[in-house]
Amino acid sequence: MTAAAVDWARVRADFPALDQKVRGKPLVYLDSAATSQKPRVVIDAVRHYYERDNANIHRGVHWLSEQATKAYEDVRKKVARFINAADPRECVFVRGATEGINLIAQTWGRTRIGAGDEILVSTLEHHSNLVPWQMLAAEKGARVRPIPMNDAGELDLDAYAAMLSGKTRLVCVNHVSNALGTVNPVARMAEMAHGAGATILVDGAQAVPHMPVDVRAIGADFYVFSGHKMCAPTGIGVAWAPLATWESLPPWQGGGDMIASVSFEKTTYAPAPARFEAGTPNIEGVVGLGAAIDYLTALGMPAVAAREAELLKVFEAAVRGVPGTRLVGTAREKAGVVSFVMEGVHPHDIGTITDREGVALRTGHHCAEPVMRRLGLAATARASVAFYNTPQEAAALAAALGAVREIFRT
Amino acid sequence: MTDLRDLFSEVILDHYKSPRNFRAMPDASRSMPGSNPLCGDHLILFIKLDGDRIADISFQGGGCAISTSSASMMTHALRGKTRAEAEELFRKFHAMVTREPGTAFDPEPMGSLGALAGVAEFPVRVKCASLAWHTLEAALKGAGGTVSTE
Repeated sequence: MTAAAVDWARVRADFPALDQKVRGKPLVYLDSAATSQKPRVVIDAVRHYYERDNANIHRGVHWLSEQATKAYEDVRKKVARFINAADPRECVFVRGATEGINLIAQTWGRTRIGAGDEILVSTLEHHSNLVPWQMLAAEKGARVRPIPMNDAGELDLDAYAAMLSGKTRLVCVNHVSNALGTVNPVARMAEMAHGAGATILVDGAQAVPHMPVDVRAIGADFYVFSGHKMCAPTGIGVAWAPLATWESLPPWQGGGDMIASVSFEKTTYAPAPARFEAGTPNIEGVVGLGAAIDYLTALGMPAVAAREAELLKVFEAAVRGVPGTRLVGTAREKAGVVSFVMEGVHPHDIGTITDREGVALRTGHHCAEPVMRRLGLAATARASVAFYNTPQEAAALAAALGAVREIFRT
Repeated sequence: MTDLRDLFSEVILDHYKSPRNFRAMPDASRSMPGSNPLCGDHLILFIKLDGDRIADISFQGGGCAISTSSASMMTHALRGKTRAEAEELFRKFHAMVTREPGTAFDPEPMGSLGALAGVAEFPVRVKCASLAWHTLEAALKGAGGTVSTE
């Protein structure tokens, strides 16, 4: 399916939050990389869950508990189909990509990484895929090494190849950079990691909402993503690994639902995924995630990707057309993100002024300080697009940037 | 765009584009780094004390128009002031930028610092305007950071 086959104006009307005025101007929401807006069907699914099916899962024999358990486990199947996992049990529900990475660090990392081992982390990583590894490395006496990138924001694969060695235990890379929009060659990087006997963790938080993702085609050992960036509620996400990997790992949080049997003498643990889902989970989040996956599947992820590729071109052209601006992140393969700076105006001031025009931008270091440091910048302004944005909004952004120039007399 | 013109006034843009006292001070009594981790803005404040009096004050770094102009105006306002006077000015400045949005304010008694009165209408920017002042407070207290000898 192509982008042309979808009525995007009708799609946009599915998102109630987009239909409002901010400071007297129509909202132009360009911060979907931070969190996406939610379609009515997701909001309704969460409401329906509380109005009809609310009960704890995996516990009761009563009707409602059965309904809630079925709803919860049905979503696991949907997630598996959405990312082409071999088995729904490979998909562990977590709070988001951040918790997924911490889960992997606390289970796989603590049992597989030791003194002198190396963890290669791409310069493009969000802090969430760097800090947990620094914490683990400090505990274990391991070493975190940055995989360098070029000025365009593309990882240097020759340098990466040279860094891989018998000491490399783990490679951490995002599928798509949240700060610059670079789409990383994760399949190739996985192949290279495996060639060196290393494991690879791919952070898909910015990829799953924007393109078809097949975790097995990528060849990742771990893949994590967040629901809230893909039209689902906040507080829900997925950590994926092959079932054999999960089965080989110890639990990380102890509590209800993660056990097989408990006594003071000996406690045994449940198989995956329950082993990693202690306590009553975010059931409403899972229900919302299921509705979001249904929604995106109906649109078709190839159509979403095609639509966003068109929008990206239009938004990049709009920003480039404003005198004094410079795009930051010009990788050949990009998705959804237009990061930029303006001569003589700090990104925060850009953000404050465009906000008065109804245009919501993210400004700052985007939780990716090493990227900023590598590029010699303290911050950028970032417009991030989703399929529900329109080419007209690119014109609104350009006009708002014109107002910035007017106020700063640049 | 009226409130934007209040925020990014002539005075503020002037201090942003040509910050005053923007230099290192090799013989400073105290130097203190200040940063706003959320946005990555950072500055270093230099103070030369003569007894209880701020004989000289300068800064380097900064970031957005609000934090840079605030640091510039602060250094301009504090040269020759005593510690007590500086602390009193900080108190008044803080009250000015953190007052309830929409409330009237007479910037006259604040002198050139009154140019930042508009920040109160932009609560998320208060931390930008306050960065230099918090750094000053830490420097005067000599808490943590870098404290050099004369």
